[in-house]
Amino acid sequence: MERVLVAEEVSKTFGGVRAVDGVSLEVRPGEALGIIGPNGSGKTTLINLITGFVRPDRGRILYRGRDITRLSPEGRVRLGIVRSFQTPRPFYHLPAFKNVVIPLCSTRAWERLGSGYGRREEVALDLLEEVGFERDAAAVYKPAAELPHGYLKRLELARCLALDPEVLLLDELFSGMSPAEASSLIPLLIRLTGEGRSLVLVEHRLVELFQVVHRVVVLDFGRKIAEGPPAEVMAREEVRRAYLGREVAAPA
Amino acid sequence: MFEALSILLYGLVQSAVLLLIALGFSVTFGISGIPNFAHGGIYILSGFACWYLLRKAHWPYPLAVAATVALAAAIGTLLYWLVIRPVRRLVLAEVLATFAVGVAFLELFRWMGLVTYEFHLPPVLSGSVTIGGVTMDRHRLVIVGAAAGLGMLLWWFGRATRTGLALRAMAQEEYTALAMGVHEDRMAAIGVALGSALAAVAAVLVLPLGIISINLGYDAILVALALTVTGGTERTAGLLLAALLLGMGTVLASMVLGPHWSEVIYLLAIVVVLAVRPSGILGRFKELEERV
Amino acid sequence: MREAGYRRERLDRGIKVRADDVFVLTSWRELLYLAGPRLAAMTVLLGFPLLRPWTGAYWQTVFLIVVAMMLLATSWAFLERVGLVSLGQSLFFGAGGYLTAIAAVYLHLPSFPAVLLGATAGAVVCAGLLTPVLRLRGVYFSLVTFALPLLFARIIEATKILGGTEGFAGVPGLGGLTLRQYLLVLALLVTVFGLQRLLDSDHGLLLRAIRDNDVGVRASGIPVGRWKFTALLVGALPATFAGGVLATHYHVVGMSAFSLEYSVLPLTAAVLGGSEMLAGAAVGAALLVPLSEVLRAFGTLRVVAYCAVLVVVLVGVPEGLFALARRRYHQFERWVPV
Repeated sequence: MERVLVAEEVSKTFGGVRAVDGVSLEVRPGEALGIIGPNGSGKTTLINLITGFVRPDRGRILYRGRDITRLSPEGRVRLGIVRSFQTPRPFYHLPAFKNVVIPLCSTRAWERLGSGYGRREEVALDLLEEVGFERDAAAVYKPAAELPHGYLKRLELARCLALDPEVLLLDELFSGMSPAEASSLIPLLIRLTGEGRSLVLVEHRLVELFQVVHRVVVLDFGRKIAEGPPAEVMAREEVRRAYLGREVAAPA
Repeated sequence: MFEALSILLYGLVQSAVLLLIALGFSVTFGISGIPNFAHGGIYILSGFACWYLLRKAHWPYPLAVAATVALAAAIGTLLYWLVIRPVRRLVLAEVLATFAVGVAFLELFRWMGLVTYEFHLPPVLSGSVTIGGVTMDRHRLVIVGAAAGLGMLLWWFGRATRTGLALRAMAQEEYTALAMGVHEDRMAAIGVALGSALAAVAAVLVLPLGIISINLGYDAILVALALTVTGGTERTAGLLLAALLLGMGTVLASMVLGPHWSEVIYLLAIVVVLAVRPSGILGRFKELEERV
Repeated sequence: MREAGYRRERLDRGIKVRADDVFVLTSWRELLYLAGPRLAAMTVLLGFPLLRPWTGAYWQTVFLIVVAMMLLATSWAFLERVGLVSLGQSLFFGAGGYLTAIAAVYLHLPSFPAVLLGATAGAVVCAGLLTPVLRLRGVYFSLVTFALPLLFARIIEATKILGGTEGFAGVPGLGGLTLRQYLLVLALLVTVFGLQRLLDSDHGLLLRAIRDNDVGVRASGIPVGRWKFTALLVGALPATFAGGVLATHYHVVGMSAFSLEYSVLPLTAAVLGGSEMLAGAAVGAALLVPLSEVLRAFGTLRVVAYCAVLVVVLVGVPEGLFALARRRYHQFERWVPV
């Protein structure tokens, strides 16, 4: 089967702590993959490794068969590997829609849009509408610093979508959102996979996650301990043990 | 053999000197995250204050030294509340404001004409000893001892005491520290005051090696920056190692290339370390920061 | 103060609101209202050299220095907008001066090409030297810009190269005083209006975003390092150019080109004027430098005074005087009942 993105036995150690330890992973086109695991199990580090913000000590990252292990983050974005951040850190001094203009200045967006001053803002406004900002609402023009948390998360998503992602890695997109907010984004995510884009979701909110993903990978202490369809994986003993003391939601 | 021993001993002394000068800056930066560019200014100010108390007011030596250290701590506290506090959290404004205060001190002294040979401080101990054929005055031994002692003291202070713990918590994670009930402003003020007091200690110990000159204040900042960058900010051991490396390096450089080259070593250290290993030789912070 | 029960309300003037982006101007009055301040500033800059018969040569030289400092301050403000806070504008100033001298004396170039080459080479050399710290956040850039000019002065003193402590003499003059003045004024206008234009464009937005959150910009597929380098190169150019032109003015470049005064003065000027607009920095320099000329007799006490001004402005008026005045100009106040 065709694979867009492959991680081969990647490891990363931080000051003696093995954050990610020999994890292999593959993502197919149009697939939504969930990565779950307790806090500190290496989920975010794995995203950092895949998107190039951290270099692995060992292992390789392949994108459509090409070794991109040593490519810069911006180089990977140009190929279509786009990520969001767990804690949204917008460009605080810029109005919300200008936040989305920034990725539209990148080479990847340039290849798609061409130049044009007004066009970028137009596209940015469309994207904001797509992630649930009301058209022409005050929130669109406010400095990002004044937006509530849920809006910042959606702004972050819009920033990613502006880059026309082939593989979109979302780091705890739903955290800090109300259930209503979170479920309002689910159709959008499902539509993205329908367009042939691959999603990788790192998530604690399993209820929402299982509505989107086809497959989950479970990490614990930096190792992959299980992989497979959500219902099957959550039934496993070692997964339950890793989540001990945590309420495990039944897969939908 | 004699050459080697002499380089080793004087390198050690130089390392101790560098450590003493940098300790205050590093402590302030480590505790409150404030890059106190006024450090060099306070260092020289302490030198002149001590000189005044000894030569003009004719205070006994221990009293003059104690008063100098107390004065520096007071200036540090004032500096925090009057200048740094209003621009807190704006990192660059903190740099600009402390930089301006430091330059103001130094240039004020220059304008007052405090640049002649009469300005020198007495050594703590006079006389000299001979170690393996190398003559060394006792004062330099005092410097080495003091540097080692202060280094140890700070290490212990950071590990063991409650204030130390609070300070460390603050340096590493301000929000957590706040949640733990660490009073942020008071701690930051203590950080600056402690750093300034250490600058005064350094002045009393190091300045007797020569005359008090204004440019030493700029050098002090350079030294502090070089050591802090080279050693990383979070561990006393890193600072120690950086002091040894740079101390030996400058002594070697001034023997081989000439005395003017020691500053080049500091600067090279800054640039090379920042380029190759920005977290410092023993540091881990920058890499952790990359985890986002 | 008005009596209790009233509060002050600030309103944007209509023209300003309409004309921020789109130019909808209906009358000469409105046109003048927007262009007036710019035209006034340009008139002063372009007109002052013509007043030589009345002002005498001394104040004309002061004007030259003022414009050079305005360039240094504008350069500082531009770099600050990108998140690069320089504590050593004298690095750029000195590099421009020394490299112009080298181009003129060793390469035997005529003075104008020497200045152009010196300024360009200076910007390239400085940007190259600062490249290693560009990828670090926080204070590291400030720290190295602070250290480098000190270091260069020391090296020149130690090795006695480039004229040592005596200074590097023999730089040919560049035309007359008036020509040098107009060269700098032209450079200033291009810098203030051109760079401001750049900052207001989408790419300027990018530079501001880098200051806010460089990781987010990288995640948006933009090579931050390359952008910062370019910004540094562009931002250094006005300062190196000023250094080059002043070198041809004095016919000599000394270690004093790397002195603290050329770092502290532009910095204070830019903070005083406010660095949010490049023009603010220039206005700050225009206020501060003539004042400092008047106080020349006080020697290094002036540096102390700049530092005091710097601290007071940072603490008291962080947005700067220019921004304050600009707001007043574009808004009007009225008293309304609470």
